[in-house]
Amino acid sequence: MDRKIVIPGEIIASGDSLPGEWTEKRGSDIVALRYGLVDESNRLVKIIPLSGVYQPRMGNVVIGKVRDITFNGWLIDIGAAEDAFLSVAEVPRYVNKGGLDEVMDIGDMMVAKIIGTHKRSLDLTVKARGLGKIEDGMIISVNSNKVPRVIGKEGSMVKLIKDESKCNITVGQNGLIWIKGDSVEDELFSKKAILFVTEKAFVSGLTEEIKKFFIKK
Amino acid sequence: MTKEFKRPDGRKIEEMRPIRAEVGIIPNADGSAMFAFGETIAIAAVYGPKKMHPQHMQNPEKGTLRCTYNMMSFSVKDRIRPGPSRRSMEISKITEWALSPIVLIDDYANNVIDVHIQILQANASTRCAGINAAAMALAHAGIPMKGLASSVSIGKLDTQLVVDLNKDEEDWEEGEGATDMPITFTDDGKITHFQLDGKITPEQLKEVVDLGKKACVQINEIQKKALKDALKKEE
Repeated sequence: MDRKIVIPGEIIASGDSLPGEWTEKRGSDIVALRYGLVDESNRLVKIIPLSGVYQPRMGNVVIGKVRDITFNGWLIDIGAAEDAFLSVAEVPRYVNKGGLDEVMDIGDMMVAKIIGTHKRSLDLTVKARGLGKIEDGMIISVNSNKVPRVIGKEGSMVKLIKDESKCNITVGQNGLIWIKGDSVEDELFSKKAILFVTEKAFVSGLTEEIKKFFIKK
Repeated sequence: MTKEFKRPDGRKIEEMRPIRAEVGIIPNADGSAMFAFGETIAIAAVYGPKKMHPQHMQNPEKGTLRCTYNMMSFSVKDRIRPGPSRRSMEISKITEWALSPIVLIDDYANNVIDVHIQILQANASTRCAGINAAAMALAHAGIPMKGLASSVSIGKLDTQLVVDLNKDEEDWEEGEGATDMPITFTDDGKITHFQLDGKITPEQLKEVVDLGKKACVQINEIQKKALKDALKKEE
């Protein structure tokens, strides 16, 4: 993981490389447009951002808070610039007319999936396993750019933490993480492990580090 | 003339005060930075992109950059009245104009990026320190940018040009007195901001631009280093 750190305006490659995400071609050079790490695969050069607010994408599972109720759905704050909308049609149960607050009230937390990103709005659904209102447990917040490290390759990191702490963990792409364990001690333990991962997010061989962390405990 | 000229604090004519720069100093902000020219210290915090509020200020075509410059009441020897003033509102606008050519916010329609600049300690050149800190904070907040911006003030003491004025020099009274010219460059050497109140000959103005460009190259290196060091620390 020896990737170069770049600053906007810096030349990252020249010649016949192709400009990827957050880069721009100026003459024959490829210039960075964002602060982050360079990722070069084949000829494509792109930047992995390390900071900034969460940018929603189609298919992301996120954790949000009900901010408002409209006549046909809920407005959910998912930490992005835009509020997301969850329609009653996307809830897998019967909802009484005018009784939306019986299902989810303002302030309730929920796990949802982004099914549509338009210019001015985001659409959510809770029609899948593992999605829906959060009744209990603990929610912690981490930098959304570090979420890929918390999840690990094909979910290896989060699986490891789940097995060690015996907690159920749902990681939202927006940086909110829901931990549900049998006892508060278990939940606090997995919180510690997740924060350990985010602190050392750029260490190479992070899985080894976290194994050492668990042995020490 | 050039050789015998003595600046009040003994600096060479092209010498800036010692510069300090740091990134990530405000945990609650999306991006933050500190920039200091000697005793002039500015901190900047960036929040957003977030939805513009009030709604009537939303621009459906592209994003908005909103800067606020403020001097802390204890930043100068005589306490200044806290809160916005004519001067601080003007500098906020100037900062906005100096930075808007480098930020790429066309895709953030209806959204705003808030930049808050606070001057903790002032000894002239506060707007330059503020712009430098704000450029770093914007990069740190992950805002897409063409490049960084670097700002420096060039002074004319009587007829002698000097780089990075301090308060003593700003109050220069001999001869023609002092003229302060803050100037901002992008990292590819384009001017985004230039201010002048006073008199200067066209020949000397060219010299001012050259001096400013040279100083801004140095500042740019320091800004880049601060941004890179912030990540290296995490490794």
